[in-house]
Amino acid sequence: MLETTTPPALCPECDAEIRFARPPLNGEIAHCSACSAELEVTCTQPIRLELAPEVEEDWGE
Amino acid sequence: MRLAMTYTRLRTEERLLLDAFEGQGIDVDPIDLRSAVFDPADAGDWRRYDAVLDRSVSLTATLTAVRVLEGLGVRCINPLSAVEACSDKLATTIALLRAGVPTPAVRVATGVESGLVAIEAIGYPAVLKPTVGSWGRLVARVNDRDAAEALLEHRATLGSAQQGVFYVQEHIDKPDRDIRVFVVGGEPVAAIVRHSAHWVTNTARGATAEGLELTDALRSIARRSAKAVGADLVAVDLLECPRRGLLVNELNHSMEFRNSITTTGVDIPGLIARYAASIADTLRAREAASA
Ligand SMILES: Nc1ncnc2c1ncn2[C@@H]1O[C@H](COP(=O)(O)OP(=O)(O)OP(=O)(O)O)[C@@H](O)[C@H]1O
Ligand SMILES: [Zn+2]
Repeated sequence: MLETTTPPALCPECDAEIRFARPPLNGEIAHCSACSAELEVTCTQPIRLELAPEVEEDWGE
Repeated sequence: MRLAMTYTRLRTEERLLLDAFEGQGIDVDPIDLRSAVFDPADAGDWRRYDAVLDRSVSLTATLTAVRVLEGLGVRCINPLSAVEACSDKLATTIALLRAGVPTPAVRVATGVESGLVAIEAIGYPAVLKPTVGSWGRLVARVNDRDAAEALLEHRATLGSAQQGVFYVQEHIDKPDRDIRVFVVGGEPVAAIVRHSAHWVTNTARGATAEGLELTDALRSIARRSAKAVGADLVAVDLLECPRRGLLVNELNHSMEFRNSITTTGVDIPGLIARYAASIADTLRAREAASA
């Protein structure tokens, strides 16, 4: 999606721009198309991205 | 009518659910469980919700939230009893057995020596699994006594206390595929098959999935499984046994469906959203009638 209302954030791994089609929520998962890192939104105003944590023992379906 | 959707990480599934709610004009508040503080004596802001759809990827967070909310009288989807029965493989086995739903034979032991006896009672190959765990983690096929001894010793020494429960399952000589049926509101709505050359057939571990037509047999076993644990929403994992037919391997209370929408042509998040809203509507109407 090209039109965005949300200013882009930067990938903490490779500095590529990450765009959101709509304002992200805290905890939202995003993927960097440049370096394919899995990222998590840890702050929404301004948008801050961190590397998503490793899978924990109690995660699942 | 008002709904909340609790989560710990907003993955594709949760985003699809929020979009589905919005598309159907249903008010839903997404709530990050990591920032919630609960008072078991006071529902506080939770009072405004007619129902809460839990989508946390962390079982600990789910159990905590649902336990408190249900204690406060908030309707949770799924109910606590269903989460408990699905998230622990031993609890699942017991619920299925009590309901007469076919499932692989199991032996359980809590000691290394009795664990070995359990494995030998099942016979080789046997399958050793943690009772709590997902995505195929630490699921091991045990082919002989040497492997059994090494594995039990290893789990007992290095694993958590939880891994000291040896849940041993009969190995089902299934075709290279697993079946999963998605159940929404007690009704089977879609099915997929997952193929893999490796005996552990999890999409989380690289298996590929495709849609499968729901047969009467699939509908029946899925419906009975959901009923056995009292789940609103559940993914029923089935193994095809050459001797006994369809067996329920396990039940998932918080299903992943992102790869099953286009493959099945079924709008799974849309159905979940509609179902959650119908539960909330019914409760709201009941409350209005009694007021
Ligand atoms: N008794 C068995 N006989 C043959 N194959 C099995 C057996 N148990 C498990 N498997 C295979 O291993 C996979 C993972 O096992 P299982 O589903 O029990 O683990 P899990 O960690 O709960 O995974 P998930 O929750 O993601 O389905 C199954 O999908 C199936 O392909
Ligand atoms: Zn990047």
